[in-house]
Amino acid sequence: MATAALETHDTHGAHPPTSTGLNSTKVAIWTFIGSECFFFASLISTYLIYRGRSVVGPFPHEAWTDPATGHVFKAILNIPVTSVSTFVLLMSSLAMVLAHSAVVRGDRKSSKIWLASTAILGATFLGFQAYEFTSFVHEGLTIHTNLFGSSFFILTGFHGAHVTAGVIWLLTLLFIDMKRGLEPRDAINVDVCALYWHFVDVVWIAIFTLVYLIK
Amino acid sequence: MAADHSHSMLAHDAEGNASPEEHTHPDWKTYRWVALILTLLTGLEVYIYYLPSFVKTKMFVPTLLVLSAIKFAIVVLFYMHLKYDAKLFRALFGGPLTLAAFTIVGLLFLFGHLAIHF
Repeated sequence: MATAALETHDTHGAHPPTSTGLNSTKVAIWTFIGSECFFFASLISTYLIYRGRSVVGPFPHEAWTDPATGHVFKAILNIPVTSVSTFVLLMSSLAMVLAHSAVVRGDRKSSKIWLASTAILGATFLGFQAYEFTSFVHEGLTIHTNLFGSSFFILTGFHGAHVTAGVIWLLTLLFIDMKRGLEPRDAINVDVCALYWHFVDVVWIAIFTLVYLIK
Repeated sequence: MAADHSHSMLAHDAEGNASPEEHTHPDWKTYRWVALILTLLTGLEVYIYYLPSFVKTKMFVPTLLVLSAIKFAIVVLFYMHLKYDAKLFRALFGGPLTLAAFTIVGLLFLFGHLAIHF
């Protein structure tokens, strides 16, 4: 395989040969994504372990009356809003693959449009998350309130931080595209960003089901 | 769902991918179908959530988990093009993912959320 790889590189001269015959940047991003699996698994398992063990409300799916004050707290999760934000994140993944495809084709106009679309959709998702967090705090759920609040804000907050990093990465690529134009030889840079973005998307797929939908 | 091989060869060269096994990417038609399927599955998940009669059954949680797993697999296989990519990448992702899944299940057993009744 290594010989074949060397021959391929001699022909194209695009990338220095590697012992695996694979692009080192892609190996690195896949290794990083593998490590991120453990990171999110620890957060998800913490959430699941503490699930249903909060002594005081508000609770995610059922109303709760504070025995001290008699105040009634409604179920905290807003499924319609989160469903829309989930749809937005899924569509951002579609925009991302189209951006990568445009860069590979050398279609500069489309690459700018789809990179900007992906960044905007990612920012929209973050806007939904900011709205959700703010409304939860107004309804009486903070990171200190109960076990649900602590594990929920940590899990979704870290996911939001990853989305934020992804949006910054996308805006950097868009800036480069507008400055000098992304050429087909730059496709690997967009591909690596796309892999990270899709991973953030699949993590949300798991969170949406485990945290929001399963009662 | 076909892969666009002319496009993929361009991607291969442009990305400096040396191995013959690391090359193909799906085409626009495939991406469109994937987006449609993901949207429908998400809609189905939310629809199930609002069915009180179904929520009460033992099938509710397994159904949601299966739908979520299908969505997860579709994104990984097609958008992250792992279906068409090198075996090493599958190992780099699949290995940690499997271990992470076992860790979650193991912890749930340890903390009494899952139980085996003999």
